[in-house]
Amino acid sequence: MSGIPHDHYEPKTRGEKWLHSRLPIVGLLYDTLMIPTPKNLNWMWIWGIVLAFCLVLQIVTGVILAMHYTPQIDLAFASVEHIMRNVNGGQFIRYLHMNGASLFFFAVYLHIFRGLYYGSYKAPREITWIVGMLIYLLMMGTAFMGYVLPWGQMSFWGATVITGLFGAIPFIGESIQTWLLGGPAVDNATLNRFFSLHYLLPFVIAALVAVHIWAFHTTGNNNPTGVEVRRDSKAEAEKDTVPFWPYFVIKDLFALAVILIVFFAIVGFMPNYLGHPDNYIEANPLVTPANIVPEWYFLPFYAILRAFTSDVWVVMFASWITGGIIDAKFFGVLAMFGAIAVMALVPWLDTSRVRSGKYRPMFKWWFWLLAIDFVVLTWAGAQPAEPPYSIISLIGSAYWFAYFLIILPILGVIEKPLAQPDTIEADFNAHYPKAETPAE
Amino acid sequence: MFKKLGIIAVSALTLSAGIALGAPGGGKVKDVDFSFEGPFGTFDQNQLQRGLKVYTEVCAACHGLKYVPLRTLADEGGPKFTEDEVRAYAAEMYEVFDAELDDFRPAKPSDNFPGSNLAGAPDLSVMAKARAGFYGPYGTGMAQLFKGMGGAEYISAILTGYTGKEKEEAGTVIYENVAFTGGWIAMAPPLSDGQVDFDDGSDNSVQNMSEDVSAFLMWTAEPKLMARKKAGLTAVFILTLLSVLLYLTNKRIWAPIKGKKTS
Repeated sequence: MSGIPHDHYEPKTRGEKWLHSRLPIVGLLYDTLMIPTPKNLNWMWIWGIVLAFCLVLQIVTGVILAMHYTPQIDLAFASVEHIMRNVNGGQFIRYLHMNGASLFFFAVYLHIFRGLYYGSYKAPREITWIVGMLIYLLMMGTAFMGYVLPWGQMSFWGATVITGLFGAIPFIGESIQTWLLGGPAVDNATLNRFFSLHYLLPFVIAALVAVHIWAFHTTGNNNPTGVEVRRDSKAEAEKDTVPFWPYFVIKDLFALAVILIVFFAIVGFMPNYLGHPDNYIEANPLVTPANIVPEWYFLPFYAILRAFTSDVWVVMFASWITGGIIDAKFFGVLAMFGAIAVMALVPWLDTSRVRSGKYRPMFKWWFWLLAIDFVVLTWAGAQPAEPPYSIISLIGSAYWFAYFLIILPILGVIEKPLAQPDTIEADFNAHYPKAETPAE
Repeated sequence: MFKKLGIIAVSALTLSAGIALGAPGGGKVKDVDFSFEGPFGTFDQNQLQRGLKVYTEVCAACHGLKYVPLRTLADEGGPKFTEDEVRAYAAEMYEVFDAELDDFRPAKPSDNFPGSNLAGAPDLSVMAKARAGFYGPYGTGMAQLFKGMGGAEYISAILTGYTGKEKEEAGTVIYENVAFTGGWIAMAPPLSDGQVDFDDGSDNSVQNMSEDVSAFLMWTAEPKLMARKKAGLTAVFILTLLSVLLYLTNKRIWAPIKGKKTS
């Protein structure tokens, strides 16, 4: 399966041979676990395990919650209170699920930015990247629909605002919105289908995760140097790699345990810190909250959505050239989805032949500016849509697009990269001088 | 280098969380040093019992607690009345409509508290979680990391925030309250000094009564708070131990690869 030469599973006993000739499942597990992994991976390569853990956590806690939850608008809020009060361990399971979503996104953002810095998206790993982006999109959809289920004020009004985005599509928008909601407004039909999809999508994500892993097990992992593993022979490959088990399994589990200390501290001591108090008020279609705010992990894109108001020149230009078909609202929607689309297309937008940002002196600065930009957009997304926040959002959004559409294509041409190490082994040995003598 | 990204990510998380809560400005909320705050905080059983008395004699006239089962008054980590006391309290204080009898009957511990009597009065079951008291500094919400969300403080601040001024608007009298968004509230000042007599002879000033009832409403909103913190502490302890073991294991298995000596 893997492109890097390594030992494969050999069935030994009669029973093993019997099974292997019928279903080589042990061989598959062996190859997956023993994949040669660059030995110089740093601590930013641990988020994959954290994400896998999150997916399992969310599915397990979610299935239990679904046993006690009622997707009906008059009963949903009360059924959540029932879980919190009457179900054994229900409150802890619900808080795990609630905060599990935050951990999931926290990890996925670090995972994505890791990929952006070390050029993990570059050939031959474009498919891994694209599948990853699909997973991220599905995560957003799942999280959004999950947030609607408790049927609090933010659930209801968040759903109203976000599904309203589809209403902004010219001509067919309203029909699409009605179709999505199952009626003219967010109502019982909406809650029911969101519950159904919220249960379905995690399993689609799980399937895509398998594809994601399959893809990078074929190409091999990227690593901090961006230099490929030598794969002419097994002996060469072994100089650059160690098997995933036990070396990275234990390392990743250690990192996971440390992260879980913080996670359980949040769940145990301040489980509502990342939530919005308004969601403890039952949904009321007649009372609009003063400031409708999505969950924190949507804020950067929410800021981009709201940044493009009708007085921005690009919006005016787009409106003029399309004869008014693209108005400010639709422009905002396009910008929001576009912000994710440009990120998905980065394998073809980045023209540099050097993979890792470590050896790109100019790129580094722009990358860190992008990371800061992301934080600024997160902050701006939570503020009311008025000056000065709208200007800050606009500048932040402009930089987001400029980074992917202008800076990355140009940098690859004008930048003079630093010297890269010849091999992963050389990089590793530079860190650990005593490692040179093969240790046995 | 990626420490930077970590720091950025963590600050983004704390900042944005606080901001999301820091919707348009509430009024002035004073921090109260409640016993249930912090990882080791616990409810003060006597305070919860006093709070129930304030709720029963004052708030219950208008406000309900429809999600709170009466039996939980006897639960561990709550006011912890005896079951007989709860039975007596339920029967004496509340009547509920029984669909089987097609009539009202005295409440039983298996019933919930009734809902609100007054249309405009919100249910108080989860009120202490439906409001945040602190947003600062600069709307970052970091204060909540140290003071807690401030829901109980918010309730206490509302109860003590009246200035004594009132005015009529659209035919109803509204009252000036420094803790309420907009500064004017429809609820008349509910508490006055000495209004509720506590069995344990505790101070019954407005400030004290407001704190007692706020603590009680924190319990109605989060009845499993103590169990949750205990579970949190256990989890943190076990995971810390696990981390140390995994750290040592990791160090040991990597030592030959990194050319380091193992003991």
